[in-house]
Amino acid sequence: MNFFLTIVVDGLIQASWLFIVALGMTLVFGVLKILNIAHGSFYALGAYIAATAVTMVAAHSLPPSVGFVAMLVSVALIASAVGFLLERGLLKMFYGRDEVVLLLVTYAVFLILEDVTKLIWGVNPIYATQPYELFGNVAFAGLYYVGYDLVLIPISAAIGLAVWYGLNRTVTGKIVLAVIHNEEMSVSMGVKVNRVYAVAFAFGVLLAALAGALTAPKISMQPGLSSDVIILSFAIVVIGGLGSVEGAAVGAVLVGLARAASVHLMPQAELFMIYLIMTGVLMFRPEGLFTRETARRI
Amino acid sequence: MDQFSRIHRAATLLTAVTATALALTAPASAQETFKLGIVTFLSGPAADSFGVPARNGGQFVIDQLNKGAAPAPYQKVGFGGMKIEPVIIDENGGATKQVQELRNLYQRDNVDAVLGYISSGDCLAVAPIAEELKKLLVLMDCGTPRIFEEAKYNYVFRTASHATMDNVGLVRYMKAKNVKMDTLSAINQDYAWGQDSRADFVAAAQQLYPNVKLATDLLPKFGAGQYGTEISALVGAGSDVVYSSLWGGDLQAFVLQSAPRGLPKRSQLVFSAADHVLPPLGDKMPDGTIIGARGAYGLMSQKSPLNDWLFKGYEAANGVYPVQAAYRITQSILGLKAAVEKAMAKNGGKKPSSDELVAAMTGLEWQSPGGLIQMKLADGHQAIQSIAFSRTKYNPDLKRVDLVDVLYFPAECVNPPPGVKSLDWIKGGMQGAKCN
Repeated sequence: MNFFLTIVVDGLIQASWLFIVALGMTLVFGVLKILNIAHGSFYALGAYIAATAVTMVAAHSLPPSVGFVAMLVSVALIASAVGFLLERGLLKMFYGRDEVVLLLVTYAVFLILEDVTKLIWGVNPIYATQPYELFGNVAFAGLYYVGYDLVLIPISAAIGLAVWYGLNRTVTGKIVLAVIHNEEMSVSMGVKVNRVYAVAFAFGVLLAALAGALTAPKISMQPGLSSDVIILSFAIVVIGGLGSVEGAAVGAVLVGLARAASVHLMPQAELFMIYLIMTGVLMFRPEGLFTRETARRI
Repeated sequence: MDQFSRIHRAATLLTAVTATALALTAPASAQETFKLGIVTFLSGPAADSFGVPARNGGQFVIDQLNKGAAPAPYQKVGFGGMKIEPVIIDENGGATKQVQELRNLYQRDNVDAVLGYISSGDCLAVAPIAEELKKLLVLMDCGTPRIFEEAKYNYVFRTASHATMDNVGLVRYMKAKNVKMDTLSAINQDYAWGQDSRADFVAAAQQLYPNVKLATDLLPKFGAGQYGTEISALVGAGSDVVYSSLWGGDLQAFVLQSAPRGLPKRSQLVFSAADHVLPPLGDKMPDGTIIGARGAYGLMSQKSPLNDWLFKGYEAANGVYPVQAAYRITQSILGLKAAVEKAMAKNGGKKPSSDELVAAMTGLEWQSPGGLIQMKLADGHQAIQSIAFSRTKYNPDLKRVDLVDVLYFPAECVNPPPGVKSLDWIKGGMQGAKCN
């Protein structure tokens, strides 16, 4: 029983940060129909900003809790501003063009941001470990877990629920859903689609950066951080169905649990597990687990 | 044509031929330089731990040699009087890029030799290119034994021992210190270095601890960064020993994530190449961890004029003591200097060709800050050297991790003899090892 619980807890810890990253990617795709290659760069940006905030707080001998709050606030402010400016200043110029063009534009943004992070933070690893000790250690299922890791589970669940509630139970969310379903009809009903695009993109960037920030205290920030995340979040979004919040959640949990089970039971297969799940899902549901039914336009 | 004209033309031709011949055979002049390509990680995951210390070590040594300020027997300026002109290239970017960069160094920059490479994957990729171009390549750091055990090269040398020494030495240290190891778990990166290190350590452990059982055997991908699940599996396995060849940011992340979860309390941690993470980890490194440094390097180095020169000079220049990569590039440059000067002594003081350098380097022996380096394996192309191991102990006064309980092992105790593949040697009971 303990063994099973360990796999579940480890899987959920992995799934928690994967979900936050994938949620941002799926939202951007759902609203703007952009497969955002630069998404991993925003994750890295969040991690670097968080490290800077934590280091600055620690330099003033303030407690780690202040560092934790400072990193979340600074990441939220900077990432949403970057996302908004990028959408207004660059992406909007390419709307209406072929989807491949937008894909290439986001790839260009990815390359630029890779160099920008090197320019600002250098090439050496950066650490910001102080918040990692914030929640102590917890004995669970016969093991000790770092409280910080466990806290990530409710945080990501809360973010997921908030996004779901925001989309499905608020007027703004329904406007966003209307744009997702039928952009032309939304425009004709007076919806300012451009505004929805900007907010949705900024929110997607914010989520990616937030995932980076929450992960920052337990890893070393260094060049190359963004590439792996793109692959992982893209796989989750494909498994769950492009544009689906529920799909991102289920995809993240599936991948997290499968990877955890693999490490415990068959370590050699861990690297293939994500592709195995993706292949399995796509064989039976080529559009992912939770793709919405769309009415055919005449 | 009259006779005078013919004599004049013959004399002119003879003068031209003689001048050309003289120019070709003239001793190296003071103005002549030795252009040295240096490849090390200046960015990416290996930069902070290995690449930048190697670059800093290389710069220190080249500056000292160019000034003629190195201790004996290296006091002659540069390489045989020729100033060393480094061309430094970033190793980051993968093996395909490195193959292209190596061609550029030889064919566009016209370097006289290339010295470098930290990644085992890069070493495996670039060695055949140097061979194809018939240009001297000195591998300074990468650890996989496969380079010379799976191929034969004439123009390629490695001036440091491969990973077998790290793992055989580590198990010998554990045995000498009576470390209990009935059960063993391992976590290594899933690429050449991690896989080869794991194979050597497990095989050596099975020789010296015949009853050892391998419990959990993990191979996460390079740069995984997050090890939560792996740590659960390792803690759950509860082995006597957890072995790892992780390095750099991966090792730091592993230590940071595993210490609060009680792994160092449940199992003895043994790391084959961990000296370089001690300065950044500080008090986060658990006391009592057994570590190697891939040689008798850094805080485990033995006192000598050469070692004092590097240790103090590097520390003064960089504000931090030198770790393994700085030592390994130093021994590489000193070895190349010894080979160049040996070749020049043979050819009348000319700048040596690649083939002359190859002849001089083959089977060479020279002193380095980390001890004697001997090109004894792979027909004189692969070095062996002595190695040290120790335990960590945080020193709150100096705010650094000290290394205590140090043991040294001679080169021929921890390296296979010539002509024997590492894994075969280990599995055959490490016959012929000279440990006293």
